[in-house]
Amino acid sequence: MRRLVPVLTVVLAIFAIWYVACVPMNVREVLTQAERAGAEIVPAAAAERRDAGALGLVLRNTAHLGASWSMERAKLPAPHQVAVELWDSTVGEEVYGRRGIVRSGTLSNRSLIYHGGVTLSATLFGFLIGTAAGVLLAIGIVQSRTMEMSVMPWAIVSQTIPIIALAPMIIVVLYSLGLDRFLPEGIAGLLPKAVISAYLSFFPVLVGMVKGLRSPDQMQLDLMQTYNASRGEVMRKLRLPASVPYLFASLKVGIAASLVGAIVGELPVQRGGLGARMLAGTYYGQTTQIWAALIAAALLAALLVFAMGWIERRTLRSMGVQA
Amino acid sequence: MSVISANALDLTFETNDGPVHALKGVSLDINKGDFVSFIGPSGCGKTTFLRCIAGLETPTGGTLTVNGMSPDEARQARAYGYVFQAAGLYPWRTIGQNIKLPLEIMQFGRNEQNQRVKSVLELVELSGFENKYPWQLSGGMQQRASIARALAFDADILLMDEPFGALDEIVRDHLNEQLLALWARTEKTIGFVTHSIPEAVYLSTHIVVMSPRPGRITDVIESPLPKERPLDIRDSQEFIEIAHRVREGLRAGHLDE
Repeated sequence: MRRLVPVLTVVLAIFAIWYVACVPMNVREVLTQAERAGAEIVPAAAAERRDAGALGLVLRNTAHLGASWSMERAKLPAPHQVAVELWDSTVGEEVYGRRGIVRSGTLSNRSLIYHGGVTLSATLFGFLIGTAAGVLLAIGIVQSRTMEMSVMPWAIVSQTIPIIALAPMIIVVLYSLGLDRFLPEGIAGLLPKAVISAYLSFFPVLVGMVKGLRSPDQMQLDLMQTYNASRGEVMRKLRLPASVPYLFASLKVGIAASLVGAIVGELPVQRGGLGARMLAGTYYGQTTQIWAALIAAALLAALLVFAMGWIERRTLRSMGVQA
Repeated sequence: MSVISANALDLTFETNDGPVHALKGVSLDINKGDFVSFIGPSGCGKTTFLRCIAGLETPTGGTLTVNGMSPDEARQARAYGYVFQAAGLYPWRTIGQNIKLPLEIMQFGRNEQNQRVKSVLELVELSGFENKYPWQLSGGMQQRASIARALAFDADILLMDEPFGALDEIVRDHLNEQLLALWARTEKTIGFVTHSIPEAVYLSTHIVVMSPRPGRITDVIESPLPKERPLDIRDSQEFIEIAHRVREGLRAGHLDE
């Protein structure tokens, strides 16, 4: 109970700020609409209003702001509008829609469930590639100083390039390779997005794993040496188990980065996914649709991180870590 | 018969402030079945000497043989078990699995592994704790488990680097008593680093007194105490005399500076 109050306070504050922000954000359209309906707006001339500040307009027309939270194409839709859109494009579309799963047997390509699924599969695929790459590179780096010097700088450089600039190039290159000719349809479509996703997620895993693999202290390494253990045995029996807590911390960052990568990858591809929904919303001025897709992405990320936390707890408990 | 033999051993570390003579002209013979303690102030090279025997440090001069081999060969032949200052049990392994660690690396069969775990746990009086995780044990029990781990593969030499240094006096007394009983039963050769005079006198057949800068041996005292040593032997006249001589040796080492 004592925790509920602060948690709810934060949630309420966010909603309050959001609702208040809707007023100045949407004031111009709201006033234009009110004027058409016959209200007296100050200043009366549209040209003067264009140059006036949003806050000034709000203060001078307080009586005509009722529509701030119900505009069809609001610059900033109100939370309840987003919630309605979210409901309509998930449950509404699938259960009551003509193309929904209830009537047609397949997910509607207008529903966020379908698009969320597209994004999720690219995210998980990319996360798998990224994690595998991160772990393998980390093992190589810890085993070989040469590898550290030749790989680590590039790994760091790779993260300084904005992914949004790199994503179209990765996609063009991968498509021009003609992967669809020798890969099954599902994988070939997924791969470019997954590669971008992996590109973002391998780095936190790499950094966390290198740290984790180096976490055993000198005494534990000496102990292995007294047994005349080989480097491989030190890796298997000491470094890898010792790195597990570090790995999970990185995996949580990595899976969220994977989701961002998948969404960014969907922007230029436009074959479904939450990213495609967001871009389509931008094209057609459907801000509610953008926000609904954003919220869906945030929920998906929360779900993924939470799932990772659950796996972490299970794994660490089975490794005997004090619960 | 000499198991460990050092002759004019030197070890110099090169540091930014110039060379540090961790060991200089150390000569010592340790016979089979001896319990040898190394005592001295910090920086006297007692741990370094033990690490040289274990092949964890390489001497820069002199000769050192373990079981007639070079320390590195002896390490590869798994001639000794090493107990560190901290128990260093792997937290993700149970006590039994921790003891199995060296056995897995040395590729003992599964049945043999289980058997040995059982017998060394009995030896350190930890039977029944096989499936507990390290955090479920007290500090003293953890250190006993780490001794069991060093004993598991039955090397003839046991090297111990201040194994009870982090434990309180009461636990330490108890473990000293157990260690003596264990030594009597297994007839191992033990090298034992400590900074406690009573501990060194109570346990050892030979007490090696060392002094720092450069690290060297100032006295080797052969203990006249019987092999059978109850705890109250520490109140005997003989015990007090040896302790006195050790203290004198330590003081002399300091006066040299």
